[in-house]
Amino acid sequence: MITNPPHGGLLRTRPTDGKAPLRVFDEDRSLFPEHRDGRPDIDLSSGKFLKVWQGPQHPGITGNMSLELTVSGDEVVECKTHVGYLHRGFEKLMERRLYIQNFPLVCRICVPEPDFNEYLYAACVEDLAGIEVPERANWLRLLTLEMARLTSFLMWIGGQAGSLGLGTIGQWTVTHRDYMLDLFEELSGGRIYHMYIIPGGVRDGLPEGWTDHLADVLARVEKLLGEIDLVMLHNAVMKARLKGLGYIDPAMVDHYGITGPNARASGIERDIRKDQPYLGYDQLDFEVVTATEGDAYARLEVRLAEMYQSIDLIRQIVRKIPAQGPIHTKLPNVLQWRVPAGQTWHRAECTRGEYGYMLVSDGTDKPRRVYVKGPSYTHAMAVMEDLAVNTNVADIAGLMVSLHTYPPEVER
Amino acid sequence: MSNATIAGGREVTPEVIYEDLIARFKAGSPDRRRDDLMFITVPQAEAVAAITHLKEHWGFRHLAFFTAVDLIERNLFRLTYMLHSYEASIDVCLQADISRDAPIADTIHHLWAGASTYERELKEMFGIDFPGCPRVDEPFALEGWDEIPPMRRDFDTRAYSERTFFPRDGREKHDKVDIMKNELYPEVDL
Repeated sequence: MITNPPHGGLLRTRPTDGKAPLRVFDEDRSLFPEHRDGRPDIDLSSGKFLKVWQGPQHPGITGNMSLELTVSGDEVVECKTHVGYLHRGFEKLMERRLYIQNFPLVCRICVPEPDFNEYLYAACVEDLAGIEVPERANWLRLLTLEMARLTSFLMWIGGQAGSLGLGTIGQWTVTHRDYMLDLFEELSGGRIYHMYIIPGGVRDGLPEGWTDHLADVLARVEKLLGEIDLVMLHNAVMKARLKGLGYIDPAMVDHYGITGPNARASGIERDIRKDQPYLGYDQLDFEVVTATEGDAYARLEVRLAEMYQSIDLIRQIVRKIPAQGPIHTKLPNVLQWRVPAGQTWHRAECTRGEYGYMLVSDGTDKPRRVYVKGPSYTHAMAVMEDLAVNTNVADIAGLMVSLHTYPPEVER
Repeated sequence: MSNATIAGGREVTPEVIYEDLIARFKAGSPDRRRDDLMFITVPQAEAVAAITHLKEHWGFRHLAFFTAVDLIERNLFRLTYMLHSYEASIDVCLQADISRDAPIADTIHHLWAGASTYERELKEMFGIDFPGCPRVDEPFALEGWDEIPPMRRDFDTRAYSERTFFPRDGREKHDKVDIMKNELYPEVDL
């Protein structure tokens, strides 16, 4: 049942079909606070409640974010997300820098997936400036975006396992993420921040022998995923703790603006790569991965399937990259570049969902406004705050990681 | 995927949407950036009604984001609502101007659960108030901020940093110009 209280959030009740274990103490609610206007009526001086802070540091998320939890016994009755620990004012900084100077900046907004920032910012600048990107450069961009997805998923799945006590998987995946970072280093010179995508194209082609290294790493990662499937998804403890945790009803998806695997695990078949194909996704063969249960375990299944999908897509992309051809369109002098006045918006499907950039130019040599929309803006704030209510405090870390949040894209 | 037909038989195209918005909400001239992206300005008093109409009538159920642009030379804030239709794969960006002298706008927190977060951020970063929005006065990313809202164009980031963080006792500067002038080439007038 979904009700819409005045504060704008949703009150949820658990599905009663018996599939998901109940984590709510439904039998006797007399010890728990009453709700007024959709929020618990909490009197901290009564001694019945305790404030617990989770974070700002937690290995399951990339960046710093605090959850201010109010617990009654071991059940969370209120959750407030606090961000700002990493706040650097990226959007403000971009207004005071030349267009080209922003490329070393944008990639730092999302550490595990910097390439989406580079691509989207470049796409906006090229859109306003009327720059055509060569076909080969588009394929190379696509390659780095899909590699970034796989690399980021590797980091996430280790965090999800670790948040529930399965730390070994984190060690495996961080190692394999490093193999992916080796490839980025060979390609761009940078392991974490690549600055490979620039306006007009990319910085360089594939190094000699690079595709052989890529094939080797993909084979290793694919083998690892099989082991993770056995150890993590067929693990009785994992199933007991993840099934039924953080249930997202399909009706919540549009109301909260949930995107990516968090929506697809609730049966919503949406993927920007299919619905609004960019770069060369319309020439690749893949299906949108969905599940129906809507809980943390379903999100794990969807993401694991998307990792296999990424490996397959990278192999397809490598076969389609033209061997010859330009990789860059000649730009005006970037130190005196005035992008024509106008505004535009581009989006892409990152590992967490919809990632987008809006760029406003006033015709000068610096952006008038850059707005960065990351999926964590919704997932870490409104969704997390409401899903945490009635959850056991021991499951909060697992729930938070299952939403796959990166706090820097909230603060920007 | 754009120019699709949605359930109910109504064809959803940017042209049809624009004609509807100008007839109902006095919309200004559209900026057709792409086939699937259009920017339209409406009077501020009509903004929430227009957004509700786009959401309920035309199927723009996804609020991609809500932010503001500071047009300081015109003494305006431009509220920017990016709405998306999954069925038609079209983005309509609705924009409404409000005065910087009285930065108050109507809330849309009742339309989407995530909207109140955007409004809380706009209150902190631009100083735009949304009366009735829950938790709008709570800090978003800043705590203990007593300067003007930092995303306003007249907030000088560099002046603030120099005023707040420099000079700091015990902190040595290694400015290369100073080193050249004082240590390497003291005899040259740089």
